[in-house]
Amino acid sequence: MMRCPPFSYRAPTTVDEAVRILAGEGPRAMLLAGGTDLVPNMKRRQQTPPVLVSLRRVAGLREVTADGASVTVGAGLTLAQLAAHPLLRPWTAFGRAADSVATPHIRNAGTLGGNLCLDTRCNYYDQNYEWRKAIDFCMKRGEGGDGWAMRNDAPQGSVCWVAPGSKRCWAVSSTDSAPALIALGAEVTLCSTAGKRTIPLADLYRDDGIDYLAKRPDELLSEVRLGDPSGWRSTYWKLRRREAFDFPVLSVAAAVKLASDGTVLDARLVFGAVASHPVVALAAQKLVGARLTDEAIDAVAAEASKHAKPLDNTDFSLGWRKRVAKAYVAGALRELRGDDPSLLGPHARRAAALRPF
Amino acid sequence: MAEGSDRKLNVVGVPRRRVDGRAKVTGQTRFADDLTLPRMLHCKMLRSRLPHARIRGIDTARAAAAPGVRLVLTGADTPIPYGILPVSQDEHALCLDRVRFVGDPVAAVIADSEEQALAALDLIAVDYEPLTTIADSEQALATPEPRIHEYGDEANVHKKVAFDFGDVDEALAGADRVFEDVFFYEGNTHLPIEQHATLAAIDPDGKLTVWSATQTPHYLHRALTKALALPAAHIRVIATPNGGGFGGKSDPFNHEIVVAKAALVTGRPVKICLTREEVFYCHRGRHPVLMKFRTGVKNDGSIVAVHLDTLLDGGAYGSYGVASTFYTGQLQTVTYKIPRYRFRGCRTFTNKPPCGPKRGHGTPQPRFGQEVQLDKIAVALGIDPAQLRLQQLVEPASLTANYMRVNTIGLGECIHQVVAGSGWKERRGKIVSNDGMARGLGLACSAYLSGAGLPIYWNDLPQSGVQLKLDRSGGVTAFCGATEIGQGSDDVLALCVAEILGVPPFDIRIITGDTDLTPVDLGSYSSRVTLMMGNAAIEAATRARDLIAPAVAKKLGVPAGRLVFAEARVFDSEDPERGMTWQDAVIHGEAMHGTLGTTGSYKPPMSAAKYKGGGVGPTPTYSYSASVIEVAVDRATGWIEVVKVWIAHDIGRALNPVLTRGQVEGGVYMALGEALMEESAFRRLPPKLSGALVHKMPSMLEYKSPTTFEMPPVETFLVEQPDPRGPFGAKEVGQGPLLPVMPALANAVFDAIGVRIDEIPITPEKIIRALAAKDRRYGPSKFPEMTWPEALKVAPPWEGGDGTASNDKPKKPRMARPGEEGGPPIRPEVRR
Repeated sequence: MMRCPPFSYRAPTTVDEAVRILAGEGPRAMLLAGGTDLVPNMKRRQQTPPVLVSLRRVAGLREVTADGASVTVGAGLTLAQLAAHPLLRPWTAFGRAADSVATPHIRNAGTLGGNLCLDTRCNYYDQNYEWRKAIDFCMKRGEGGDGWAMRNDAPQGSVCWVAPGSKRCWAVSSTDSAPALIALGAEVTLCSTAGKRTIPLADLYRDDGIDYLAKRPDELLSEVRLGDPSGWRSTYWKLRRREAFDFPVLSVAAAVKLASDGTVLDARLVFGAVASHPVVALAAQKLVGARLTDEAIDAVAAEASKHAKPLDNTDFSLGWRKRVAKAYVAGALRELRGDDPSLLGPHARRAAALRPF
Repeated sequence: MAEGSDRKLNVVGVPRRRVDGRAKVTGQTRFADDLTLPRMLHCKMLRSRLPHARIRGIDTARAAAAPGVRLVLTGADTPIPYGILPVSQDEHALCLDRVRFVGDPVAAVIADSEEQALAALDLIAVDYEPLTTIADSEQALATPEPRIHEYGDEANVHKKVAFDFGDVDEALAGADRVFEDVFFYEGNTHLPIEQHATLAAIDPDGKLTVWSATQTPHYLHRALTKALALPAAHIRVIATPNGGGFGGKSDPFNHEIVVAKAALVTGRPVKICLTREEVFYCHRGRHPVLMKFRTGVKNDGSIVAVHLDTLLDGGAYGSYGVASTFYTGQLQTVTYKIPRYRFRGCRTFTNKPPCGPKRGHGTPQPRFGQEVQLDKIAVALGIDPAQLRLQQLVEPASLTANYMRVNTIGLGECIHQVVAGSGWKERRGKIVSNDGMARGLGLACSAYLSGAGLPIYWNDLPQSGVQLKLDRSGGVTAFCGATEIGQGSDDVLALCVAEILGVPPFDIRIITGDTDLTPVDLGSYSSRVTLMMGNAAIEAATRARDLIAPAVAKKLGVPAGRLVFAEARVFDSEDPERGMTWQDAVIHGEAMHGTLGTTGSYKPPMSAAKYKGGGVGPTPTYSYSASVIEVAVDRATGWIEVVKVWIAHDIGRALNPVLTRGQVEGGVYMALGEALMEESAFRRLPPKLSGALVHKMPSMLEYKSPTTFEMPPVETFLVEQPDPRGPFGAKEVGQGPLLPVMPALANAVFDAIGVRIDEIPITPEKIIRALAAKDRRYGPSKFPEMTWPEALKVAPPWEGGDGTASNDKPKKPRMARPGEEGGPPIRPEVRR
């Protein structure tokens, strides 16, 4: 069987203690929450951190607190807890995204913070050490955006096999919760020994398959804040081969704020799994002031889907994924308009089955 | 006449939990990886990182000195070649001087812990000289050098075969219509839940014991005997219950030989449990097959001749490949009347994990092509596809053009069942839906063996043996070399014995798959166990009954012929009160005869196919299946949903209907995976930058196989027309029900949106491409030009043939075999 590399295990009980350990250990330490992403990566030797800082005993990371119409969500809550949480129901896209991750077992262990910081994925990278040896590795080290360290002797390739002429890594942002939360205008709080800072979630991500997070190595993502949902409707459509296990190969998070007469007051569209970061499609703004007519929807879908530039490093072919992007945007917006999902084809049914709109 | 077909059955046909069910669901079944022994060492294997290279040297010194390392083995330690087929002894436990695919093992480290063994692998330095990478069959045909193997029919062609059963060109020239189609069926793998694992240990008396997750302990025993150069009597192979096999554990494997060798060298127990990635490298899965069918028909749809060419991508080693090649042609004739038939097959070597037998072994690929082409013919001629098939089914008790003997055929009833169940006549082409998806129905049929007629290596011995021990406790122990791989063979063994002796199956103790303790059974492959082991078990049990009956008769004072064995009693059929318990009956038997033990054995009847190559395809009896599938297809994205599957299987008799239905549904499940998503796809890196050729996704996450969410409702119809050659009339069910699903699905896609996908798997992208194509089709365009050997010419039975080839080399005369004219009967007559 596959075995983990050796590591030492730290188990702080407060956020302050955790960030002090991070500050002291530097990039050789990695945070361990549910472990559903990190532990398989360690077995594959994508990451071999000498120190794991477990968040299991850290208090205060597993609460949802309401503050007027907005909520603050602890990053240590499991995806299963989020999907079932009554206070989070108004943010449909978020609940659906959380509910769509992997399998029930993984949702019972995997956390919000872990899903937001999920390592970028690529068919050339998410392979055993032995397999990667056969392609002379690739340029993506097992190093996250905050400079997580590899062993010094860890081999490193120089080519991005997805685009061998490219100087950068094209691994794919595969988090489900991030596109949904960005579409919902979420902010995240990062803690370190230097204090706290709160940034828009969209700013947490960088367009680089290796250096994909703007979070510093000494920072801990502690909570997510969601604003007033009044007037907003949102949905999350996830393309994957199977209705369990699979990471997204395309996802569309859509949120619209509608006036009582159906006029769009605000709109956001975010793609997941089409680039190294969640991609905000500004074309959504063209809906503002209009109604969600077929013409308006199809025009925005055509323009927004140009943002989706998938590469050949996930399941399914890239041409087909690109084609589906347009259908997904159009379908998601029709669902938000109030169309019956059961009449919108298989993808709508799959989205709606996760959680009633 | 097989036992029991004319008497009341008490156990057979009763839905019942399986005898090994409790252990399985409570987690108490001990699989190979569950075994540990004191002082056990762990083994990891270093595998080639290059697809094709010469090994110039291996330096193991640093690894041997690493912490915890007890032994490092290389090819020099295991120099004797082996392989499952006598004609393909082309494997070495560790590569000698050449690696042939990424994953080919070159060295093994044996250490105190698995972690230490793993760490030491990186300390082994292998000096490789890279060779040209051969990625697929067409490249293999075009690349005579370098040769992947020095043996084989030519260059990188492993095997070429050609047969003419009658003058096919003449028949095609005289046909009203000739349909020519090229199909491709991508390779895929077995994906058992349990990874292969093996434990080897030296007994106190110096003998070797090997516990392994193998479907074929007997063949493993033979391979170990050869590769280790040890007497067979000094090796004991115990097949642990397999956590799924599907053909993927039916070769002898390098890791089995390596841990056995390591145990011999160290004197300590040595275990290996493969990673999932390594299971993909063991492979022996479905061959990728390119096929061309030319079928001539009359205007009424009746077939006048079929010409089939197949090209198999065999991967890096022989495995069962020669048999696989024959199987891509030999079973095409047993469903519909084909008066004349030409079959030519070619298997190439390529730098990928070796292909071999997977559920359906070599037959799902041409079955897909044939059934899709028949659908096209039906549409072109305006005939209902079900009717087209029904009007030309092979007759029972007949020979086909290639001398396959068909006994009973329940296919017509299978078709009637799925046609009626699915509403085929009313609904085909007329299903309306309001959800934006196009719906359609497709139908296809198939046939499969109930056990291969011949063993892997030539011998005239029983193919299955069962031994019974009975004693004064009333206990019955059944011993058989058969292997429980999840299919329910232990249950069939208990059931057959229990039915004859009249005791509950749960009271029978089962000992299987142990070469020291159990009589030889060739293994769990080719759907042979129920029929062969079942008949052997019936014979052994009947003999035991016949020992006990006279003792009971004497005690009760009734004629032995009036005794009934049922409900754990033996009693007078005319006065049921007059009898005794089973235990008392055994005591009387033991008193009369001394210690009680019986044996039974089974050997299939001789085939009518006497030409070279005719050994592949014959079976005691064929099973048949028919399926109708309803699909919904999204026009915008090509997304496919399987709405429902109706499947009927000609089982002869369902011994335990719970398990029978389970096998049918399991076959449908596996087939849907093949039809829609599973692919042994490979990545070739840009050749200018790298020679790498790697399995694209050797993991259970990225090698896509359906989950319960993708599994549609399945309505199963068991067609029970007992076959006299099967135990209580039973035929196989383990493989056949997989076969009609892929073509039925392709035909349903056509019915839904009018495109033909002549390639497996059928993916949304292919549907979109077909919708955009002028000919509304997606699939291969041509079969490569290639030379074929002179065909063996065998006249069909109705053209005066006798099963021999007119241009075959003469064979040595030999003695008549059982079942042949002049030979002994198939089985001794059994007294009722």
